[in-house]
Amino acid sequence: MDFSFTDEQSMLRDSLASYLRDHYSFEQRRDAVRSEAGWRPKVWKAFAQELGILGALFEEAHGGLGGGAIEAMIIMEEFGKALVVEPYLGTVVIGGGFLKRAGEASWAGEMIGRIIEGEVVIAFAYAEPQSRYAWTDIATTARREGQGYLLNGHKAVVVGAPWASHLIVTARTGGSQREGQGVSVFLVDRETPGVTLRGYPTADGQRAAEVFLENVSVPATALIGPEGVAAPLVEQVIDEAIAATCAEAVGVLRRLQEGTVEYTRQRRQFGQPISEFQVLQHRMVDMYIHLEQSVSMTYMAHIRLDEDATERGKAASAAKVQIAKACRFIGQNAIQLHGGMGMTDELAIGHHFKRATMIESAFGSTDHHLARYERLSLGRAA
Amino acid sequence: MNLDFTPQERAFREEARAFIAQNYPADLRARQDGGEPLTRDDYLSWHRILAAKGWVAPSWPTQWGGTGWTPTQKYIWSEELARADTLPILPFGVSMLAPVLLMFGTDEQKQRFLPGILNGDVWWCQGYSEPGAGSDLASLQTRAERITADDGKEYYVVNGQKTWTTLGQFADWGFFLVRTDPSAKPQAGISFLLIDMKSPGVTVRPIITLEGGHEVNDIFLDNVKVPVDQRIHQENQGWTCAKALLAHERSGIAGVARSKRALEKLIQMARTERSDTGGPLLEDAFFRRKVAELEIDLTALEFTELRTLAGESSGKGPGPESSILKIRGTEIQQRLNELALEAAGTYGAPHLREGGHNTPVGPHYARGLAGSYFNGRKTSIYGGSNEIQRNIIAKMVLGL
Repeated sequence: MDFSFTDEQSMLRDSLASYLRDHYSFEQRRDAVRSEAGWRPKVWKAFAQELGILGALFEEAHGGLGGGAIEAMIIMEEFGKALVVEPYLGTVVIGGGFLKRAGEASWAGEMIGRIIEGEVVIAFAYAEPQSRYAWTDIATTARREGQGYLLNGHKAVVVGAPWASHLIVTARTGGSQREGQGVSVFLVDRETPGVTLRGYPTADGQRAAEVFLENVSVPATALIGPEGVAAPLVEQVIDEAIAATCAEAVGVLRRLQEGTVEYTRQRRQFGQPISEFQVLQHRMVDMYIHLEQSVSMTYMAHIRLDEDATERGKAASAAKVQIAKACRFIGQNAIQLHGGMGMTDELAIGHHFKRATMIESAFGSTDHHLARYERLSLGRAA
Repeated sequence: MNLDFTPQERAFREEARAFIAQNYPADLRARQDGGEPLTRDDYLSWHRILAAKGWVAPSWPTQWGGTGWTPTQKYIWSEELARADTLPILPFGVSMLAPVLLMFGTDEQKQRFLPGILNGDVWWCQGYSEPGAGSDLASLQTRAERITADDGKEYYVVNGQKTWTTLGQFADWGFFLVRTDPSAKPQAGISFLLIDMKSPGVTVRPIITLEGGHEVNDIFLDNVKVPVDQRIHQENQGWTCAKALLAHERSGIAGVARSKRALEKLIQMARTERSDTGGPLLEDAFFRRKVAELEIDLTALEFTELRTLAGESSGKGPGPESSILKIRGTEIQQRLNELALEAAGTYGAPHLREGGHNTPVGPHYARGLAGSYFNGRKTSIYGGSNEIQRNIIAKMVLGL
């Protein structure tokens, strides 16, 4: 049993934190989020060239640095602190997660190389207007047509899609609308005829799009994983994305918790710092306990990503439940303890709160993951 | 970062499991399962078996009888004990007094008192709280005046009242906090004394708690003569001992392994009990939701404890962070009690053992659940109430 970080892992954290301190201040982020593009391709290039983190999670054979779940956790936590909007999760964790398992196809290796270089940006188009958090509820179809497939459907709230060069799309090659059987996964070039995006900002300063697929013709090689039985693969990659999102949340929550303690020490009312009031101290202790439980669950989820599907799923859902509750408790109380200032756009605290709130329901709400955890741990209810 | 156990650690788990299976007293098991009140010998029998094996005090230095186990081995051992539902080893001597003796006692004191703790010959109790000194422990009023007696030796003469002394009715000796300098600031005038409970002037009076049990006691000290060489550490330095002890008390208090076992039993019960609609209670949407949330919270506590064990908790080293373990550990224990009583349904109500009403009614597992629930309310009060633990975190961790 070992809960320590290696020297290399600590160096990764330090170099990334140092870069973000210099290049990702609250003001720099705010300007980028308000710009037309909504992100900074320059920062993305720096991730590739200066920091090498776009390759951190890929095998050395693919040109990566050979890192794994713990490296992803470190990177995502630092991103959370700085509220990084660039699409690392979609491209490296999710996109990379699928491509690593795409089989021997040489194009997958080539795509990974292009991710590492910073040339390929991926968005994961899995949700649909009717699906809520049930990602096997897929109305989008993929029909065999000649040597390839023809895709038709509407993908909802595809985070990072406006910046993406490629989409990873779940579509149905068989089965009925809500079942796992018949789910297939495709890599689709964003420029393919028939792909249209309606882009928009999200409540937490990211960008997303409704993606419409109209007779989009893709070659047979666009298929990732086996046709019709890719649901276990999708579930695995989503669990990895959940773990990474938990790590990001830990960074966000750390800032909310520490920022609140700091603010209450400076803010004076009734002739004293408000941090001296016991009712506020105990509230902040409860925030701290939530944070520490979230750190513990994030470690737990990452350590268990390699276990079998049931244990991995339990770990991811349990962590997501804890993190979602912590996002709500710490987020709401951070605003409350900042008083009126917490309501303003000018302090970072409100922006961390907004990100924390969106993370609550990312890849499934508290209720969704409690229900999944129950199924996996206690068995299916009659 | 990984959760892997080494082959040696896995072998150790097998050894621990086999030892418990082969050596746990069958008659004690039977009385535990029957919910019978336990005698002094019941409490000590398992202690003595472990003492003979050399496993009763894993955390002590090996020269005094510790096992020299790694933190992981100690963790495995605590898991195996919980898994087998063994009676817990009494903490008063082994894990409360002994660390203070080891830290602050003289060699002579260690040699005099540690062996009796280890082999189970001497039962210790704690004399800390007073009627007027609970959370504000430093305000304690029990006085100890130093005198030179007719025999030419120095003694403390102790007068006052202690309360909430757990299992004091069985104790041979007690460790007490007393005021030796009434003029100093509250924390500065306290000393740490060891008192023979058979000394003239010591009276133990039972306190019956709300579930009907006799676990805690009042202790009256009326001109009790205590030789000066039974003081640990310097005069007026008792608060230092008290703080060291409280930190030890906190760290073992998470009770993760025991709570995991209790959760297994709860789930088993909920598979047997019926819900209002006739299916297993565990399939009732509301009940299973509560069970799932509890299981998740217990996992979070477990990993927080593992991080603390690994010395990696929140960057400030082990110490005040362990207050989290006390707060969350006791909250979870109380929720387990709540859910078990809820699960028992109508058969949570019968109160057997009272006035000779011993005819068993209802399912076996429902017996005593109300009592456990009532008794369990103590956990968020003792060992420094959970509100005091929050004060500790606010001050020591958040720097407020």
